[in-house]
Amino acid sequence: MSLLLNDEQKMLKSAARDFFGARLPVAALRRLRDDDDADGFDRATWREMADLGWAGVLVPEAWGGSDFGYTGLGQVLEEAGRTLAATPLLSTALIVAPLLAACGSATQKDALLPALAAGERLGALALDEGPRHAPADIALRAVRDGEHWVLDGTKHFVLDGHVADELVVVARSAGAPGDAHGLSLFLVPATAPGLSRTRLRMVDSRNAARLVFDRVRLGADALLGAPDTAFATLDRVLDGARAGLAAEMLGGTLEAFERTLDYLKLRRQFGVPIGSFQALKHRAAQMFCEIELTRSAVLAALTALDAGDTAAPLLASLAKAKACETFELVSNEAVQMHGGIGMTDAADIGFFLKRARVAQQTFGDAAFHRNRYATLRGF
Amino acid sequence: MLDELAEFRAETRAWLEANCPPSMRTPMPEDERVWGGRHPVFRSPDSQRWFERMVARGWTVPTWPVEYGGGGLSAAQALVLKEEMRELGCRTPLFGFGISMLGPVLLKYGTPEQKAEHLPRIARGEIRWCQGYSEPGAGSDLASLQTRAEDRGDHFLVNGQKVWTSYAHLADWIFCLVRTDTASKQGGISFLLFDMASPGVEARPIRLISGASAFCETFFTDVVVPKRNLVGRLNDGWTIAKELLQHERGMISEIGRAIGATVPDVDVVARHYLAGPDGRIADPALRDAVVRHAMDDHAFQLTLRRAAEESEAGAANGGLSSMFKYYGTEQNKRKFELILKCAGHAALGWEGDGFSDDELLICRTWLRSKGNSIEGGTSEIQLNVIAKRVLGLPD
Repeated sequence: MSLLLNDEQKMLKSAARDFFGARLPVAALRRLRDDDDADGFDRATWREMADLGWAGVLVPEAWGGSDFGYTGLGQVLEEAGRTLAATPLLSTALIVAPLLAACGSATQKDALLPALAAGERLGALALDEGPRHAPADIALRAVRDGEHWVLDGTKHFVLDGHVADELVVVARSAGAPGDAHGLSLFLVPATAPGLSRTRLRMVDSRNAARLVFDRVRLGADALLGAPDTAFATLDRVLDGARAGLAAEMLGGTLEAFERTLDYLKLRRQFGVPIGSFQALKHRAAQMFCEIELTRSAVLAALTALDAGDTAAPLLASLAKAKACETFELVSNEAVQMHGGIGMTDAADIGFFLKRARVAQQTFGDAAFHRNRYATLRGF
Repeated sequence: MLDELAEFRAETRAWLEANCPPSMRTPMPEDERVWGGRHPVFRSPDSQRWFERMVARGWTVPTWPVEYGGGGLSAAQALVLKEEMRELGCRTPLFGFGISMLGPVLLKYGTPEQKAEHLPRIARGEIRWCQGYSEPGAGSDLASLQTRAEDRGDHFLVNGQKVWTSYAHLADWIFCLVRTDTASKQGGISFLLFDMASPGVEARPIRLISGASAFCETFFTDVVVPKRNLVGRLNDGWTIAKELLQHERGMISEIGRAIGATVPDVDVVARHYLAGPDGRIADPALRDAVVRHAMDDHAFQLTLRRAAEESEAGAANGGLSSMFKYYGTEQNKRKFELILKCAGHAALGWEGDGFSDDELLICRTWLRSKGNSIEGGTSEIQLNVIAKRVLGLPD
């Protein structure tokens, strides 16, 4: 299993670099925030991304996808992370599309996958209910009522939840919160009666929502995959989400680091560039080491997912944990090394600090993944 | 090409299985290493047999040209050999600074005569080399070295003192940085080779905090060195010295791991001393510390692999050797500190029957590991190198 990108992946990365630099620079996120944009992303740009094949990166070609795989999508996400691009890449391309591809019926796939890949419809995964990522701590109930299912409960922090057309809801159909067994997935249209959605204003200006399900009544065809046994598939797709988000975080880390290096070379005090001071040099060099380790972990996780390697869960946790630690370190140091200017809203560097913290808490922070890694290794 | 590599892997595996004695597939205590030299020491007949078979195959120096006693392998093949040896637990058959440091620079800068004289004898383990770099007044500021080599027509006359000369009391030859011009600091240094048996050479071992004496103070009084033993041009030794340091840094991070390999892994120690009824580490704070360490190690190993693949693909990142030296040695120190925390006072015995062999080894190796981030350029120097060469930060 090689840790080098192939030519196709390199081209994808380079195309994504150009695209995000030109179309969705950090200024675009700032504009969405300042204009209080209702969608929280730009729909026209998303359709362009779909035309480039990025919405359907994990959709098989038979359903109109480009099938570049996780390593390919990771390159796009890394470049999106550099400019903090607000797009449905995570919610739709990285999570809902592979979840549908993994456990949808032929009818469900036919109905949705091509539309997701074409950028015509958006998906969102309604998973977490508490303030921290805990994929088995599900209390939202799914109760059978004849041929129907009825959902009751609340979902917190649903990425793109207020703009999604289709929600994949993780519900408890058996057992108690904390049990991996007893979880089922449901496809719920955003327009379903009894579903209310409240947009959450997150510190990073990216999209999330709280969803309340009040006796939401669904047909039998809403069930995605087999009842009660969704956890294994869900966790596999979540590992993809963790690795993919780690790639986005790597991009954000690299950009924050490089901007800081530029500042260290430019800013002068005591008659010299502050980057000549050893106290700062050594910290910069230590960040470089952590970034290189993170880069390797992210690549290994993406590659393992594409290869169907049994080490993929371990590597996904490694990648997400390292990405969390490194982005936290680099975003903190970036603000500190920018000095007073780093505290101003006018400087972009604060956006990286804000994005870092939200991304850290998405799909498990470093503590979550250290614990998971330790358990997987029997520590 | 992948098929050829797969074929090479299969052949290599078969050869190693047929030729590496079972006793040479166990973790190697430091005192069982084979260093070769004029008076080689083998702790067992298997050790000698394994050494001789690897020498015959050129696999003591797998990537060197066959004409100099090497295996003539590509970097990718050498990596396969390394992986297969690791997989089977095969011991490194021969250690030496000739292999890891001098050889690579002689291949690049040596004259045909120098290569023919020295390389095959390194490959066959016939000459054991030591490194004359640091001096009492020249540590991190290596280029301020004062050991003089005066031009006396057909030879140099060397006078001065080196320190931290690893295994100088056991070495046959030395590669030595000497001052041949006082007008320029870096530009007045030359790279000399000479026989440690020459009159006027004296090596005195230094006792370390670990109780071991691997390093020496080495004194030179009117040592006569033939002119043909100058490597590269006169006063151009600094270029070679720096390049050799890169190889040394790679070797020290390797050695840290190799020494570490005889000591159980952190998680094994942690489970031995701290396991609950379910076999898992019961103390939550130490469990978290162990997993942090294991994850950093995992990411570091992946980075070593990625760098090897990048280098094979011709996209080598030059700054990485400093990174590997810095991170590998610091990580090794953290490993031993964590092992001490898990084992408690059981790992703090100096000697005697109150402790197991493993426990005594842990204590001595913990002390030895402190030197890894000092020798071959301190961690602070490595960070300076990364900041300057990789990140482009100003002086």
